[in-house]
Amino acid sequence: MSDLVKKDKVTLTIDGKPVTVPAGTLVIRAAEQVGVQVPRFCDHPLLAPVGACRQCLVEVPDGGNGRPIPKPQASCTLTCAEGMVVETQVTNAVAEKAQRGVMELLLINHPLDCPVCDKGGECPLQNQAMSNGQGESRFAAQEGVKRTFEKPIPISPQILLDRERCIVCQRCTRFAAEIPGDPGIALIQRGASQQIGTATDAPFDSYFSGNIVQICPVGALTSADYRFRARPFDLVSSPSIAEHDSCGAAIRVDHRRGKVVRRLAGNDPEVNEEWISDKDRYAFRYQRPAARLTHPLVRDAESGELRAASWPEAFTVAARGLAAAKAASGVGVLTGGRVTGEDAYAYSKFARVALGTNDIDFRARPHSAEEAAFLASTVALASDVSYADLDRARVVLLLGLEPEDEAGTLFLRLRKAVAAGLEVVSVAPFASRGLRKLNGRLVPAAPGEEAIAIAALEVDKDTIVLVGERLATSPGALSAAAALAARSGARLAWVPRRAGDRGAVETGCLPNLLPGGRPVEEPAARIDIGEAWGITHLPATDGRDGAAILAAAASGELGGLVIGGVDLDDLADPAAARAAIEAAGFVVSLELTETDVTRAADVVFPVAPTTEKAGMFVTWEGRPRTFAKIFDVPGSLADLRVLAGIADEMGTTLGFSTTDGARAEMEQVGPWDGARPAAPTVAPAHARKVLKTKLALATWKQLVGHGSLLEDADVLLETQRPAVARINAETHEMLRGSSEVTLTGDRGQVTLPVEVTDLPEGVVWVPANAWPGGVLATLSGPGGSVSVKGVQR
Amino acid sequence: MTSPITPVLTANWGTDRSWTLDAYTAQGGYQALATALTKTPDEVVAAVKDSGLRGRGGAGFPTGMKWGFLPPYDDNDPQSRYLVVNADESEPGTCKDIPLMMASPHTLVEGVIISSYAIRAKQAFIYVRGEVLHVIRRLRAAVAEAYAAGHLGPDSPAGVDLIVHAGAGAYICGEETALLDSLEGRRGQPRLRPPFPAVAGLYARPTVINNVESIASVPAIIGKGADWFAGLGTEKSKGFVIYSLSGHVTRPGQYEAPLGITLRELLDLAGGVRHGHQLKFWTPGGSSTPLLTDAHLDVPLDYEGVGAAGSMLGTRALQIFDETTCVVRAVLRWSEFYKHESCGKCTPCREGTWWLVQVLTRLEAGNGSEADLDQLLDQCENIAGRSFCALGDGATSPVVSSVQLFREEYLAHLEHGGCPFDAAASTAWAPRRQSQEVHA
Repeated sequence: MSDLVKKDKVTLTIDGKPVTVPAGTLVIRAAEQVGVQVPRFCDHPLLAPVGACRQCLVEVPDGGNGRPIPKPQASCTLTCAEGMVVETQVTNAVAEKAQRGVMELLLINHPLDCPVCDKGGECPLQNQAMSNGQGESRFAAQEGVKRTFEKPIPISPQILLDRERCIVCQRCTRFAAEIPGDPGIALIQRGASQQIGTATDAPFDSYFSGNIVQICPVGALTSADYRFRARPFDLVSSPSIAEHDSCGAAIRVDHRRGKVVRRLAGNDPEVNEEWISDKDRYAFRYQRPAARLTHPLVRDAESGELRAASWPEAFTVAARGLAAAKAASGVGVLTGGRVTGEDAYAYSKFARVALGTNDIDFRARPHSAEEAAFLASTVALASDVSYADLDRARVVLLLGLEPEDEAGTLFLRLRKAVAAGLEVVSVAPFASRGLRKLNGRLVPAAPGEEAIAIAALEVDKDTIVLVGERLATSPGALSAAAALAARSGARLAWVPRRAGDRGAVETGCLPNLLPGGRPVEEPAARIDIGEAWGITHLPATDGRDGAAILAAAASGELGGLVIGGVDLDDLADPAAARAAIEAAGFVVSLELTETDVTRAADVVFPVAPTTEKAGMFVTWEGRPRTFAKIFDVPGSLADLRVLAGIADEMGTTLGFSTTDGARAEMEQVGPWDGARPAAPTVAPAHARKVLKTKLALATWKQLVGHGSLLEDADVLLETQRPAVARINAETHEMLRGSSEVTLTGDRGQVTLPVEVTDLPEGVVWVPANAWPGGVLATLSGPGGSVSVKGVQR
Repeated sequence: MTSPITPVLTANWGTDRSWTLDAYTAQGGYQALATALTKTPDEVVAAVKDSGLRGRGGAGFPTGMKWGFLPPYDDNDPQSRYLVVNADESEPGTCKDIPLMMASPHTLVEGVIISSYAIRAKQAFIYVRGEVLHVIRRLRAAVAEAYAAGHLGPDSPAGVDLIVHAGAGAYICGEETALLDSLEGRRGQPRLRPPFPAVAGLYARPTVINNVESIASVPAIIGKGADWFAGLGTEKSKGFVIYSLSGHVTRPGQYEAPLGITLRELLDLAGGVRHGHQLKFWTPGGSSTPLLTDAHLDVPLDYEGVGAAGSMLGTRALQIFDETTCVVRAVLRWSEFYKHESCGKCTPCREGTWWLVQVLTRLEAGNGSEADLDQLLDQCENIAGRSFCALGDGATSPVVSSVQLFREEYLAHLEHGGCPFDAAASTAWAPRRQSQEVHA
C-alpha cells in the first residue's frame, strides 16, 4: 500500500516549503503550489515541454538522490522526484541571476516598441521583464545592434507575424502541431535568424489559428482583426459562452464603450480547456449595432410598407394579428437554432399558451419526423456523455458528424483523447481532413445509405456514439444509430451544429415534445405542464414540424407564423419557404438584422444578441452553460421579453418577463420522470441505383463559410477553405480528367475545381455553405442528386 | 629512444590505395570481424567494456557502458535498435574522423559491423558532415565494397545494413540528439532528455550513437584483445587516440599515440612550433575547450590530466598558436563561428552568441573599457550552463579562458585603440623576421 502511495505522489521541498504533488508533475507547476511563480515563456500547461526559452531556471541542491544537479535546471522540463530540493529565484542567488541573465538576453534583440505593440499591457515578456529583469540594458549601453526583419508578414489572411518581436519560444508551432494538428507553421533559419515561417506556397491553414495569437507570450503574432484596435488596459473583460456551436466553449469578451473589440478563449478545463475555434473568436461583428434593427416595425395598413413603430404599438399589432390568425386557422412557430435555453422555453410556452398549438420547430435545416422521434426518445434529458468521457472511451464512433467543421471544441478534445489512445471511427462519404487528423478509420457510406452502414457496425459498451445532425436527411440512419447503441450498450450523444439546438430540445421547441422532455401525446406529461403553467387545456396531438408548418402556411392551412432568427437559406427548400412566408396571412419576425423574413413580415421585433442579454446554451453533452448580460442597452430585449409582451397583449401571460424568471420557472417545471417514448424504427432506404452522370450529392457545412453570424467577419471568411467538388477517380476519368466540373441540380448549378477523393461510387461532395445561398438555395435539395459535366478549358 | 607514437588506426594510412577493400584486407582487415563473429554479442560488449574504451567524440563516456544502457534485446522485434555513427566532425580544429574515413573507411565499416553485432542492431547509419563530399563518396564506395564482399547486408554473417547519410551543414547536428532529428529528416535541434537515445533514439527506438574514432577502435580491441588495449594509455584513460596538430606547427597532422602523451612530446614529433616562434596558447580539444598556454606543455593529454589543468581533452584537436597571434582576434573568429552555428533553439546560445560577437568586435577595435571585460565574463556566465545543449557552453570556453589568461592583451587593444598585432604576421605566408619584430 505504501508503495502504491509513493508511486502516485512525490514530496519535495521548494524554497524550503515541503509540497506533495502527483508523480510526473513538473517542478514549475509544483512551485505554483507553494506560491512561487517561476517566470516562463515557452512553458504552457497544455503543450508538451520543450525547455527552449530557459527563463525558468532553478537550482536543484538535491535531485532526490542526495546529489545536487550541477547546473541550473529548466523547471518546465524537470519532473519532481521524491526528496528533491529545489531553490527558485526566491531563495537562491544563482537561480535568480540565471533568470535575470536569460531575461537580459531575451531583450537584446527585442524591439522597444511596447508603446505601439498590441501585447503591451498584457505581455508576459513585459510583465516578467519588470518582475525578473533589470531596468537598464547593458546591450543598449554598448550601442549593440539589434536584429531586424521586414514587418509584419502575414502567415495567413488572419494572422500577422512581427518577427523581430518573436522570442522563438515555439508555443505557436507546438500548438499547431500538437493541438489541432495543422502544422503549417514551423521554425526556419537558425541562430538569431531563426524565425517562424510557412511554406512559400501555403499559408497557415487552421480553424484554430487565433489561439496562437492568444498564447504568444510577446507581440509577435497579431490578428488582422484586432491589430492596433485597442490597448488591453482600456478594455473591459466579461466572461461568456460561444454561440457558434453546441460545444459551449468559455470565451472572454473584451469590450470598450459598449463595443466588442475582440474575443478570447476562456479557461474551462472541463470543456474547451484554453482553446476556441476561429469562428468563436472572430465572428462577432454581426452583433454590432450598425447592422442591427433598432426599433420595432409594423406593416402600414395603407402603404403596405414597413414603418417604425413604438414597442406598445408593435405588441398590440402583433397580438391582434396573431389572435386573428389563431382564431382563423392557427399559427406556427419557427425558432431557429440560435436561441438561448430561456428564449427557447419562452417560444415553447408561447406556442402552447398564447397560440394553443404544438406547431413549433427549432430545426432551421433539413429535418424529418424520424429525427423528431429520435430527439424525443434518445436525446431529450440525456446526459450520458461528457467531454471527460471521451478521454476514457476506447472507441468514439462518429455518425454523420464532422467535428472539425461542426463542433470545434469537440474536435480538439477528440484529438487529445486520440493522442492518449482513443480510436475514432467515422461513417461518412470520405475521410475528411478532420478525420485524418484524428487518425480515424472511415466506414464509407454514400449519402442516404448511412443506415445500412450503421446497422452493419459492431461496437461494444466502451464505445461512445456521436451522431451529427445531417443524419436527419438519411432515412433510417437515426433509427439505426439508436438501435446500435441499444443493442451494444454504447453511450450515445447527439451533436448538433447550433448552440441553441439542444436547449430547444429540452424546452420543447418541437411538435412532439413539451418542456422537460415531456412527450406531447402523453396525458400525464400534459397534466404536468398544465399544472405548472396553470392552464387546463394543452393541444393533445403532435403538431406540424418545420417543413409542414411552412407547407401549411403556403397552402393557407396556417394563417400566421412567428419566426425567430431563421436564415431561410438554411431550410430544406429556401424558395418554398420564401413563398410560404409571402403567402402567410400574418407573420411576426424576431430578428437581429434585416433579412428576407423581416422584409416579408407584418410585425418585426428587434431582439438582443448574446452580449445584450443573459442566457444559457445547453451543450451537446446536456451541460447548461449560463452567461451574463455584458451590455445594458435600453430597448434591446431578449426574445422572451418580446414574446411576453405579445402574450400580455393577447390577454394571456407567459408568467415571466426576465431571463431569471424564465430560468426559475424552467427549474420548477423540471424534467419529465415518466417513460421515454420509443426510439424510431424507420427502415433503411433501399440501396440507390448508381448512375454515372447523376451523382448522389453529399454535403455539409464547413466551419468557416457563408452564414448570418459571419456577417462582416471579412478576414475570417478569407480563411475559408477553398470550395471544391470532390469526385472519385472513376468519375474523374469519365470526365476525362477535367480540372473543373459543373454540377447541375434541381435548384441551379455551380462550377467548382475538382479534387479527386476516395468517395463511394456515384457520389459527389461539395461544401454546403461555401458561397452565398449555399447548396440548398442554389444547387439541390437535401438528399438530391446532381448531374456532372467536365469543364474543358 | 623509441617513438611514442602507436599507429593502429593510422597504421595503414600510408599504404597504396589504403581506402580500398583489397588494401585493407591485405593488411589483415576484417579479421577482427571474423574473430568477433566467433564470440557471442555479449562477449563482444564485455571486451569493449574491459578495454576501457571511452568515447572519442569529446565527452569520454565509457563506450561499453553506453552500449549496456540499451534495454534487453527482444528476439521478436529484430529491427528494433540502431547504431548511429556520429561523423559530423565540424568543430574548429578537429580533424581526425575525416582523415580516418578518407584514408581507411573500411576500419570504420568493420567497426560498425562488429559494434552492430555486439548490440544486436541490424541497421546502422553513418551520419557524415555534408560539406566533405569526397569523404562521403569514399565511404559510400567502401560500403558498396563491403556489401559486395559479403560483409554487409541481410545475408552477411552479422546481417547488418549500413547507410551513409550526408548532413546538410550544421555544427549542431554533431550533438547526438540533433543528429537523430536530422537523420529522421527533421530540423536538426537537440532533443529534450529523457528519454535518452538508448531508450528512445532514432525513430523512437533504442539507439547507440558513437563517434567515428570510438567505433573504428573496436576492430583493434577485438583483434588484439581488450587487455592489449587497456595496457596502453593511463589508468583511467586507456588506449590510443589520434591527436590532430594544426596551426603554427612545423608538421601539422594526425599523430596517434597512447592517451597521456604531452604536448611537448607531440611537438617534438611534429617538428616543433613554427620556426623562430614560441608557443603562445593552444586548444587541447578544439575550440570548445578552454585555452592552455606554454605552462601546460607537460600536462598529460588524457581525460583526467587536461581536466585537472582546467580544460577538457575534447577531440584532441591541438590548435597551436604562436606569439604572432592576437588572442582577441582568434576568439572573435571562434565566436563568429558559434554565432553562425547556434541552432536558435534556446535563448542563451542564440542571443548570447549574437551579443558576444558584438562585444568582441568592439574590443578588438579598441573600443570600450575594462569594465566591458568583466561584463564579458558575466555574459559568459549567463550562457554557460544555462543553454539547452553544450554548444552554448562551448561558445564561452575560448572567451572566458582567453580573458583569464590574456587580460592584458585585451587591455592593450583598448590602450592601443585597436589591435596591436600585425594580422599578416600570423599567417602561413608571413616572412619570418618581420613577425618577430612586430612582437618586439
